[in-house]
Amino acid sequence: MTSLAIEQPVRVISTIVPANVSASRVVVDQISKGFGSVQVLRNVSLEIEKGEFLTLLGPSGCGKSTLLRIIAGLEQQDIGHITIGSRRVDDIRPKGRDVAMVFQSYALYPHMTAAANMALPLRMRRLSKAQRLPLIGRLLPETTKIEAEIANEVSQVAAAIGIDHLLDRKPAHLSGGQRQRVAVGRAMVRHPSVFLMDEPLSSLDAKLRVQMRSEIKDLHRRVGATFVYVTHDQAEAMTMSDRVAVMKDGEILQVASPVEIYAAPANIGVAEFVGSPKINLLPGLAVDRRHININAATIAVNVDMPRGCKATIGIRPEAFQIAPRAEAGALTGITRTVEHMGADLYAHLDVDGLTNPIVVRLFPEAVPNLAPGQRLHLTAQPERILVFDESGVRISSAGIASMRSVR
Amino acid sequence: MSAIHGIPQSIRRIPFLRTRPANETIVGYAFSAPAFLLMLIFLFLPTIAVVVMAFTDWQFGAASFHFVGFSNFLALLGDRSFLKALSNTALYVCLTVPATVGLGLLLALLIEADKSLRAFYQAAHFLPFMATLTAMAVVWEALLHPTVGLVNQVFNDLGLPVANWLRNEQTVLPTLALIGVWQNIGFAMILFAAGLKAIPVDLYDAADIDGVDTTLDRLRTVVLPMLGPTMMFVVILVALRAFEIFDIVKILTNGGPNGASDVLMSTLYRQSFEYMRAGYGAAITVIFLVIATTLTLMQARIFDGRVHY
Amino acid sequence: MTGRTLSLRHKVGRHAVLLTSSLIVLFPFIWMASLSLKPPGEIFASGFSLLPERWYLIQNYTKALTAAPFGLYLLNGLIVCSAVLVLQITTSTLAAYALAKIPFKGRDVFFGVVLISILIPQQILALPLFILFYNIGLLNTYAALILPYAVSPFGIFLFRQFFRSISDEVVHAARLDGLSELSIVFRIILPMSRAPLIAFATFSIVGHWNDLFWPLIAVSDQKLMPPALGVLAFRTEETGIDYGPLMAAATLVVAPLLVAFVSSQRRVIDGLTYQSPRQR
Repeated sequence: MTSLAIEQPVRVISTIVPANVSASRVVVDQISKGFGSVQVLRNVSLEIEKGEFLTLLGPSGCGKSTLLRIIAGLEQQDIGHITIGSRRVDDIRPKGRDVAMVFQSYALYPHMTAAANMALPLRMRRLSKAQRLPLIGRLLPETTKIEAEIANEVSQVAAAIGIDHLLDRKPAHLSGGQRQRVAVGRAMVRHPSVFLMDEPLSSLDAKLRVQMRSEIKDLHRRVGATFVYVTHDQAEAMTMSDRVAVMKDGEILQVASPVEIYAAPANIGVAEFVGSPKINLLPGLAVDRRHININAATIAVNVDMPRGCKATIGIRPEAFQIAPRAEAGALTGITRTVEHMGADLYAHLDVDGLTNPIVVRLFPEAVPNLAPGQRLHLTAQPERILVFDESGVRISSAGIASMRSVR
Repeated sequence: MSAIHGIPQSIRRIPFLRTRPANETIVGYAFSAPAFLLMLIFLFLPTIAVVVMAFTDWQFGAASFHFVGFSNFLALLGDRSFLKALSNTALYVCLTVPATVGLGLLLALLIEADKSLRAFYQAAHFLPFMATLTAMAVVWEALLHPTVGLVNQVFNDLGLPVANWLRNEQTVLPTLALIGVWQNIGFAMILFAAGLKAIPVDLYDAADIDGVDTTLDRLRTVVLPMLGPTMMFVVILVALRAFEIFDIVKILTNGGPNGASDVLMSTLYRQSFEYMRAGYGAAITVIFLVIATTLTLMQARIFDGRVHY
Repeated sequence: MTGRTLSLRHKVGRHAVLLTSSLIVLFPFIWMASLSLKPPGEIFASGFSLLPERWYLIQNYTKALTAAPFGLYLLNGLIVCSAVLVLQITTSTLAAYALAKIPFKGRDVFFGVVLISILIPQQILALPLFILFYNIGLLNTYAALILPYAVSPFGIFLFRQFFRSISDEVVHAARLDGLSELSIVFRIILPMSRAPLIAFATFSIVGHWNDLFWPLIAVSDQKLMPPALGVLAFRTEETGIDYGPLMAAATLVVAPLLVAFVSSQRRVIDGLTYQSPRQR
């Protein structure tokens, strides 16, 4: 693969607005899928709104790619139904589902130019078998006209995403970012109502990834179709999506907006997966409705816990504040390591009474010259402390097991 | 570097086996020497010798020889039996290569299309390639026997024309070609199968979504274009093997009847080792060398550019 | 192939075609075994039957093993192939290691020489080698059968490509640990090289077991003949072709490789389609 020095940022927001696209609602209804003895998807249900940008987020093996492929029609589910728009598409081949897909490996046809790659879906749909034949097809009436139309549409889309100067190149002569754009272009030319993307950015380097994130978001805004996006990178999920569906082990843990996923995770699984550095999880026993003893201290929370129950509290690194001295409800710890990030720092502390160290985000001004061995006292506001019951489900302020929303 | 434990005194005394950078060159030469010497004695010198021989009139056992320039080659150009051998070889190649490659490709496509019984089918079609051709040629001879051979018995029953396949001037070369195809079809199949496996699965998915639905479409859009380099590679490899054919000719027909099945290698053998005309045989050898090298070079070029995507 | 599963109709069609072609391709083997079991009367009888009415197995195979010493021929095959393989691997891996891991002056030239050598087809060496062996009196010996093949430029190339893909650091670590270069090759590099070793061994064994051309030239003594030449000798001697023992002989010659193939099919096929790893 050719390595280019720096990808020049391309002005992607073009003033040319492509033909209006219809967006479709996608309904995943109780989908289960197993491969051999491994159950990859367990009774998954999801409603994706028209024009929404929804991300399937989860670790490898959670089933997100399989679900995407089932929506596309590349895999057949064992149980359940997929509806796109107003039609049940279970028996319809991918070609007929009005979806387009961008693959992690881009899956460009290596022997065709970028233009030919982008034109293929249109040619397959608009030209008959006879018209597609290499030499004879040209002689048939209409063929030249249709091919010209197709070429025109291809160059329009290419111009809109900034690759019109690359149309005559084969994929081998394109950089990673350029190939990715051709893959996107190939999806765009059909103006589908649903865009499916399977980790399209994971092969790019970090800088390009950040740039492409905003470009894809722009694309979504412009095109208006429904986007279903698969990734294991929470930064991508958080920055691009209208809603995020967090998946683990073939199940959807929670579907909600990025903000809600972060601030109000449905369970420990979601809380742990989203947020970097990871949330601090401290197991303990409720001593009364609003206080929990985590061995190192008794912490006040703002939700009601059944007395005596086992619970775990989660405190994100940024939720801690420095207390001037030891006090009730404060954690005291010895600094083990300090990671200076520039604008802020992360301190890892060993706290008496806790088995695992905790990670705290602090501003350098608050703890000048922080060094390993230094003692710190930390508190957290009850509103910012998440409480999870014995089974890992978050207890919300109304006292009911929190939204494990899947609809 | 001197305090090296565990290495016996005896080895330490052999300088070029010690791990000192200064001796790297020595080790390098030492390791290359056996191969290089063998190549010198059994490859290069013989090659030079045979090329030189082609320009002499040496007969094996003669006390002396003279340099005769290109006269051996000129003689070959006028030698009808040599020209016949050359054209037979070309014909043989033209007969076997398309059939072998085409059938091999077809088999590979069929076998790779589904998992069931794949290993068995691969093994079955590949077995002829492994089997000693000389031995199997004799089996074919039994099958092709004009009176008691199974082929003619079946043909008779079916009303198809029969012939003395290996003794008839018209049919002998095609018959040998058939045996050649039988032997190499599995080889082509295996190579194509490897090429098919190298096609990224993603391409089929993308094609599906693009609307490339039917098998025929998929062949045209994905499979055959991606197999392009493999195809070239297989064609040349099969052509090389066909060009070098010797075994079946030697044991079944010895070039007969009347030179109808004489090929380059069999005439080379005859001139060099039966008639003992070393210079003449060397000239044939040189011609063989030129053609084979050309083909091999083409193959090497393609092998390198094989992964050009 | 595509991850698409075939419809039942297509599956059945595929099996129909492939079973037929398998049968056609395998038929000569079946017929060979069948004829080796039959007495002369049945061999020349009309009408088709696979199994003999009168079993002639013992007679045919005994004749094959005695009238011509096929047991010896097979043994010769074993001797020659093993010796050739051992020599080839030794010389090739040492040279390949030097080419891949030891920077020495003239290395690139040597590699160029190796590349050119690959282009030389073995057959053209027959005449000069014959003269050479005749002059040093080694014609008609095992040495004549083995020595021309003792080095394999293709083997050097194959192993060199593979060794290059092994990280240099492994070698450096071994050197720091005090291993001599020879130890590194045999104790570290070779054990890591199973794939190319199997690939190369497959090429070599299959090629030399079945070789007719050079043995025909190099050897006339029946005691030294390898399998393919043995078949030719047996056939030429048999006037009034005695198919029974001839087929028995063919079966004996062909069986070892076939059995070896069937028992390690995956390895053989992987070996023959082996591709050298890409350069780092």
